[in-house]
Amino acid sequence: MKKILMNLLLVSSLFSQTFTFSAIPDQDETKLKERFSKLAVYLSKELNVDAKFVPIKSYSASIAAFRNKQLQLAWFGGFSGVKARLIVPNSMAIAQGVEDTEFRSYIIANVKTGLTSSDKFPKGLEGRTFTFGSKGSTSGRLMPEFFIREHLNKAPSKVFSKVGYSGNHTKTISLVQSGAYEVGAVNYKVWDAGIKAGTIDTSKVKIIWTTPTYPDYQFTVHGDLDDTYGKGFTAKLKATILNLKDKAILESFNRSGFIEAKNSDYAPILSVGKSTGLID
Amino acid sequence: MFASKNFKVSFLFVLIGLISLYFADLEITTIDATSLSQDFFFSIFSMEFNNYSVLLEAFLRTISIAVLAIFFSIIFGAILSLFFNSLLVRISLAFTRSIHELFWALIFLQIFGLNTLTALLAIVIPYSATLAKVYAEILQENDTFTDTLRGKDKLSYFIYTKIPDALPHLISYTRYRFECALRSTAILGFVGITTLGYYLSSSFMQGLYHEVWLILIVFYVIVASIKKWFNKYTFIPLVIASFLYLDDFSGFNLANLKRFFTQDIIPYPIKNDLGLQSTISWFEKIFVNEILPGATNTLVLTQLSLLLTAILTLILFPLVSSKFTNKPTKISAHIFLVVLRSTPEYILAYIFLQLFGPSMLPAALALMLHNGSIISHLIGHDTDAMKLRIDVTKRKTELYFYEVLPRIYGQFLAFLFYRWEIIMRESAILGVLGITTLGFYIDSAIEDFRLDKMFLLLLVTAFLNILVDVISKKAREYLRATKHISACDLRQNK
Repeated sequence: MKKILMNLLLVSSLFSQTFTFSAIPDQDETKLKERFSKLAVYLSKELNVDAKFVPIKSYSASIAAFRNKQLQLAWFGGFSGVKARLIVPNSMAIAQGVEDTEFRSYIIANVKTGLTSSDKFPKGLEGRTFTFGSKGSTSGRLMPEFFIREHLNKAPSKVFSKVGYSGNHTKTISLVQSGAYEVGAVNYKVWDAGIKAGTIDTSKVKIIWTTPTYPDYQFTVHGDLDDTYGKGFTAKLKATILNLKDKAILESFNRSGFIEAKNSDYAPILSVGKSTGLID
Repeated sequence: MFASKNFKVSFLFVLIGLISLYFADLEITTIDATSLSQDFFFSIFSMEFNNYSVLLEAFLRTISIAVLAIFFSIIFGAILSLFFNSLLVRISLAFTRSIHELFWALIFLQIFGLNTLTALLAIVIPYSATLAKVYAEILQENDTFTDTLRGKDKLSYFIYTKIPDALPHLISYTRYRFECALRSTAILGFVGITTLGYYLSSSFMQGLYHEVWLILIVFYVIVASIKKWFNKYTFIPLVIASFLYLDDFSGFNLANLKRFFTQDIIPYPIKNDLGLQSTISWFEKIFVNEILPGATNTLVLTQLSLLLTAILTLILFPLVSSKFTNKPTKISAHIFLVVLRSTPEYILAYIFLQLFGPSMLPAALALMLHNGSIISHLIGHDTDAMKLRIDVTKRKTELYFYEVLPRIYGQFLAFLFYRWEIIMRESAILGVLGITTLGFYIDSAIEDFRLDKMFLLLLVTAFLNILVDVISKKAREYLRATKHISACDLRQNK
């Protein structure tokens, strides 16, 4: 029965082809769904395709889905984007948020640790319990790990008494706030949005350090979209994203706008990935 | 002379458990976790879900996938059980069985994507292997006729004598396997298949505990009522309905399958022709940094959890035994055990992580509660059937130590041995929480997209599981415990 319906849908979609996209699950799923369902409506209208967002549970699964061509477009982090483009020939970054050229991570600590905020890399981290976000996250894993190694000349597992991986940024904040972990690394956008929404209890958890900036999130597409969706489609897709002015969508992305991106913008991430041994 | 076989074996395992306790990291590091855990437990009073039609769909999907998975597993398991004498079949089945459903799902997700096909394969493959083994053992147990009574036609002997004889056992084991399948299907949601576990983990990760409770309770009800809706009358209709409901089984992709075996899992230095030296150093690095610590932690966690499971069982089983408790207590204890064994270990471990902070403690407690509740249920049931003398002591402690415990002790050890292998497989899964078991390194390898390393670590995990399986088999032979019970939820003798 469902198949028949699906076929009917397919027939009707001859006029507008399905265009599937997804994102890395870097924060709460409801927030992601809200953000990307708005984007789906916008893309469907502007590009005359049936744009569909599919939620994916893990960073690696979103890379796998992109690789298997189950996704045509993906909103990757710096790290996941670099990994995806390494294994998918001809795939390319097309757009990034204005803020993504200068992204940051916060190192946060439970207030009871007595750690204080400083401009320099914080002292007294040794021997604490520490949580990253997802293992595949740029702002919650790769870059914090890089800065920790850079300043302390040791792998995180040697610096901290315990190293965990909370899964996403929202969870990192709640685990450090509850004191399950003493210190954590988090995406600055997710933290700032939480402060704005009042979901973070600043009497329990606070920022102790802000990392230097690095390039992060971007939209990545397959190199052969034009073969499927017609000549000039990729260029049109790119223009559509760059021209995005809808306040509600931009707000759900926590971005002020989108600008052009190319693969080479992420060379710093690739070299950090290689130096930390997380990319071969 | 005084030491019985039971005593010797128990002593050895307690000793190993205590050594593991010494090496295990059980430090409590939380600063203040009361608010979070309070949040969790009090949300049970405000249960709700934001979208009930989504929940209904997940509910139906979970049941349909489990039904179809068990249907295919029965078919493949039955066929394979006929070839169980072949060493090659036995070894390959032991291998497929030793990899957890969740890891199978992660593999197929790389190849076929997030769909029904991936979910079915992830369950059917290990379950067929388990069913094949148990079916073969049950058939062997029921092969009691002498040659003269067998007649000449082997086929008709098989169909008309052996099968009917073994059928009740086959059916009851299959039903228990179905409960496992339901649990496994739900848990597949953790990696993204839209079963109940999908919404469970989403709500849990977002701290929407009122939703978590609702999903858990729906799941408890499904599991507790299996007998009512899964039986010989409903089986065929359920299979047909599940086929129609799931409908879309597409997603098979030969090119991706080929890519996985010919490229993805080939060690990086071999694939890139970097020479023998770098291949050896690739392997050495993984061995020293991941395999050794991972295997050690897996073993420590497993042995510690096994000991804790044993202790919990000895405490809990009287609660569900009519020898010790009256009916109301027994019923509430029964519900309590259903809740404990149906709550995914991952969720239990995560709650303990909030309470105690990161260490091996949350994982060990989760494994203890889950497995202890299963074995208590089985032992409690066994003691109900036990016949005691009329003039037996009225004192509960005397009854426990001098009458009941000595009688069920052998069975108790046998159950523990059967759970041993399963505890080890589950301990790998809890690595996802940050306890550096082999599962932790497998998960990291997948996140890093190093499928070659993932495959190597899976092989090591499988090898450890097979080792435990062999040791527990030897131990059971030594104790001469009953042979025909095995694998996941050994409750088929109920």
